[in-house]
Amino acid sequence: MTTASKTAPAPPLVLTPYLFLLPAMLVTLAVVLWPVAETVWMSLHNFILFKPRNVPFIGLGNFWRLLNDEVFWLSLGHSLVWISLVVSLQFALGLVTALLLNQSFWWRSLARSLVIIPWALPSVIIGLTWTWMYDFNVGVINDVFLRFGLIDKPVAWLAQPTSAFLSIVVALIWQGFPFFAVTILAGLQTISAELYEAADIDGATRFQRLRFITLPAIADVIATALLLRTIWVANSLDVILVMTGGGPGYSTYTLPLYAFLKAYSGMEFGYGSALAIMLTLLLLLVVFVYVRRAAKELDQ
Amino acid sequence: MTDRRSPLQRLFELHLPLLLIVLFALGPYVWMMMTSIKSNADIGAWPVRYWPDAFTTEHYHALLERTSFGVNLLNSFVIACGACVLGLSVSLPAAYAFSRYRFRGRRLLMTQFLVINMFPIVLIIIPLFVLMRNIGLLDTFIGIILGHSTFAVPFSIWMLTSYINAIPKDLDEAARIDGATTLEVLRLIILPVVMPGLVTTGIYIFVTSWNEYLFAMMLSGQNVRTVTVALQLFIGEFSVQWGLLTAAGTLIALPVTLLFLLVQKRLVSGLTSGAVKS
Repeated sequence: MTTASKTAPAPPLVLTPYLFLLPAMLVTLAVVLWPVAETVWMSLHNFILFKPRNVPFIGLGNFWRLLNDEVFWLSLGHSLVWISLVVSLQFALGLVTALLLNQSFWWRSLARSLVIIPWALPSVIIGLTWTWMYDFNVGVINDVFLRFGLIDKPVAWLAQPTSAFLSIVVALIWQGFPFFAVTILAGLQTISAELYEAADIDGATRFQRLRFITLPAIADVIATALLLRTIWVANSLDVILVMTGGGPGYSTYTLPLYAFLKAYSGMEFGYGSALAIMLTLLLLLVVFVYVRRAAKELDQ
Repeated sequence: MTDRRSPLQRLFELHLPLLLIVLFALGPYVWMMMTSIKSNADIGAWPVRYWPDAFTTEHYHALLERTSFGVNLLNSFVIACGACVLGLSVSLPAAYAFSRYRFRGRRLLMTQFLVINMFPIVLIIIPLFVLMRNIGLLDTFIGIILGHSTFAVPFSIWMLTSYINAIPKDLDEAARIDGATTLEVLRLIILPVVMPGLVTTGIYIFVTSWNEYLFAMMLSGQNVRTVTVALQLFIGEFSVQWGLLTAAGTLIALPVTLLFLLVQKRLVSGLTSGAVKS
């Protein structure tokens, strides 16, 4: 068998690459593509797990139900606030961290390693440690806030709608800012020092250097990181599941969590699938923009 | 870049803010570990007792002797290794094909592997549960490993493709002139050179699989329960026993933190260009 030459388009009958791809394609087909097709099928049926013999086709009935479902709109609203708060704050803290880490000082590589740690942790542990710190009776956050006089009496952080939502946002910021820090830092390190020297000669202030050299140079990295993170945060539900399970009431329901709970606790696989598809459709635009950027590398 | 700021300025503009950020990053982690070595009396003290008089390993003993956590650790290890082996072994040839061949459908297939990594887990997990139940793979190692391959395979393909792209094609061609077959090129030329990348990707899959919760929870029962699922059940079961819970948390977190620190530098280049769910 021959390889395709570097310049000419491949002859259509070279089998080798397809053979190499076969195992990966088979696995993907079995565990991703087929299940997704199945989700579409289930979303068109009234599929309830413990009634396997009675699965009536209801067309777009689940989607119609969804539009009239208050909890869906509530979860969607939460998701939008959740994504914008979490991603923007993760980004802001990550950017500051990266700018600080991009200077030279003696404990830099230590700081860099330590800052990354939250990223490595499983969401169950993030849920556990933060639930423990938010504890009403003996939690460290109440203790610290009382000592500094920020609150008068202990607060039940996870038991009230607004504070529960914001408490989870803080936990998620903690988990995600290292990703931004490390990615942006990698971008910063590609900027040539000469640019800054030239700016120094021109008498640029530090803010001008940031505004006119640093930020434009890392705009691409930032855009990629923001897109990737938006998708990731929009899909993630496990930290919420562990910390509040959606409560109190519906106050920490997001769209993926609602879809999951409908299927897992409610056993309503049909309706849960419709919710999952809705989430996917809403995310499609972001995914499309990201994939277009990433696909530029395909033809190298 | 020269820094003309005075030491005092640097203290307030660099060292202090960064120290605060490092404290924020480390605080919850350290607090978890500290709690796990305190006695129950110290854990329940109010106001909070930050530095107790004595430390104890009682929670670790209780955890390993009175619960099934030791078995859970082993299960997670087997599953993470399995996800690694499955992910890398099907992805390496695929990545080689994407990097070295130009064929019909290449663009489409590569995009497909990128897009499926972006799918919400809830889109896949519901039917995957039904599928595994129907073919009898619920609550088996294979079932969960297959579940984890939904993210392990696309991720590995993108990472490995960029690593192989970095290997000069001249190497392949020189070997071919010497009469090597495609498989020999892959085994004797590509594999040794791409080994560091393979290890990095493998460690990342290991960490992700070890940390994963939703698939493991949906697809496991009594038999192959992983550490994350076990911990979540403990939270319900021993809700006020924070010593036990944080001991379990520490045992889960320590190995992956170390592995992650090992590969983080090499990961970043792949992360900025490839597709990752972390």
